[in-house]
Amino acid sequence: MSTPSTSSAPAEAGPRDKHALAAAIARDVPDGAYVNLGIGQPTLVAEHLREGSGVVLHTENGMLNFGPVATGDDVDLDLTNAGKIPVTELPGAAYFHHADSFAMMRGGHLDVCVLGAFQVSANGDLANWHTGAPDAIPAVGGAMDLAIGAEQVWVMMTLFAKDGTAKIVPTCTYPLTGLACVDRVYTDLGTFELAASRGRADGAVVVRDLSGISLEELGGRLDVPVVLG
Amino acid sequence: MSAASILASYADAVADVEDGATVLVGGFGMAGMPVELIDALIEQGAKDLVIVSNNAGNGDTGLAALLAAKRVRKVVCSFPRQSDSWVFDGLYRAGQIELEVVPQGNLAERMRAAGAGIGAFFCPTGVGTPLTEGKETRVIDGRTYALEYPIKGDVALIKAHRADTMGNLVYRKTARNFGPVMATAARTVIAQVSEVVPLGGLDPEVVVTPSIYVDRVVCPTAQES
Repeated sequence: MSTPSTSSAPAEAGPRDKHALAAAIARDVPDGAYVNLGIGQPTLVAEHLREGSGVVLHTENGMLNFGPVATGDDVDLDLTNAGKIPVTELPGAAYFHHADSFAMMRGGHLDVCVLGAFQVSANGDLANWHTGAPDAIPAVGGAMDLAIGAEQVWVMMTLFAKDGTAKIVPTCTYPLTGLACVDRVYTDLGTFELAASRGRADGAVVVRDLSGISLEELGGRLDVPVVLG
Repeated sequence: MSAASILASYADAVADVEDGATVLVGGFGMAGMPVELIDALIEQGAKDLVIVSNNAGNGDTGLAALLAAKRVRKVVCSFPRQSDSWVFDGLYRAGQIELEVVPQGNLAERMRAAGAGIGAFFCPTGVGTPLTEGKETRVIDGRTYALEYPIKGDVALIKAHRADTMGNLVYRKTARNFGPVMATAARTVIAQVSEVVPLGGLDPEVVVTPSIYVDRVVCPTAQES
């Protein structure tokens, strides 16, 4: 192809940047799904949802079907997302109180949530709320409720931390958010199918869409066995 | 309990809050935060308060100002650490305030339970994490749940959009958040509103918090009752 690649196509040649990653996640969200996007990078997924997909976004502070970030005269401080950023209201939106909002999560009504993470273990344990550092102020928000509540829990993160340590690990060393709850991990270097991997006799995690890394190199840098799926 | 009192003075509304009270404070960040009621509580002087709220203050106003005035012994919240939570951060790091972190859904459901007469409930959130350590657990249908107890307030300070003269409340957009839950969970419920309308002025089909939960409605432009 001679046309320049856009964020809608995965960069096969190199690691996926956050926009390519958000686009890859958006492509996997089923049409019409009810979805919660965690604060930070997961909110980028909203920008890549196909028009007409019918995906409905849930925000923990009590709203379904919010729209893009509000600008100018549309800014209303009574209408914000979980990141406390002013957003807009789409036709078909609904407001509800906090107990209902979290009942939707725990009750299995949300199809997908996308969260960031510090670490994910091979069996899907999630650590994303606290580094455990003595001077850190713990703050969990809705992460634990989402982790055990959404039907599909997807993580969006870089595969390696800034210091080069892997974030997919045999066992999480950071304080846990939820046990065996992550179904899939989208990373810059590939997508890990943890739900499909759970219970494998060889303990390996299944990876697809390798980007900018070979299976051999990936295997060498992770402490868990990986197989191509 | 009779219908709510309508007050024009924030100071009158919070005059009887006692030292050591557990105060439920509505809002998610600044949306739905009853800033004027909190300012009146600062002026009133109650101390050693336990504050239950989603966050631990933003910027220098509202809950952050109450913390800065050193009136709060303990904060029960889900998300204290934010980009603009410097007041709480400083007090916490100096060891001058206690913190109980509660997953956000548990915070809401524990208050809902208090308001609904539920003694405790088994919840899957946080099982296997530090936030349920030491809690009683039970396996139900193959899934592990932790036992969570209600959070009951002495006072709830909330912000709604409109009230009628009985104290029925409607909210505005995502400023609703914890308001309707907190309104059920405290002995004395005080709601600040932008407008009080006559009886019949709220469509009964859209009332979010029925008057039975509300003790005092405060609106500076309202006629007192």
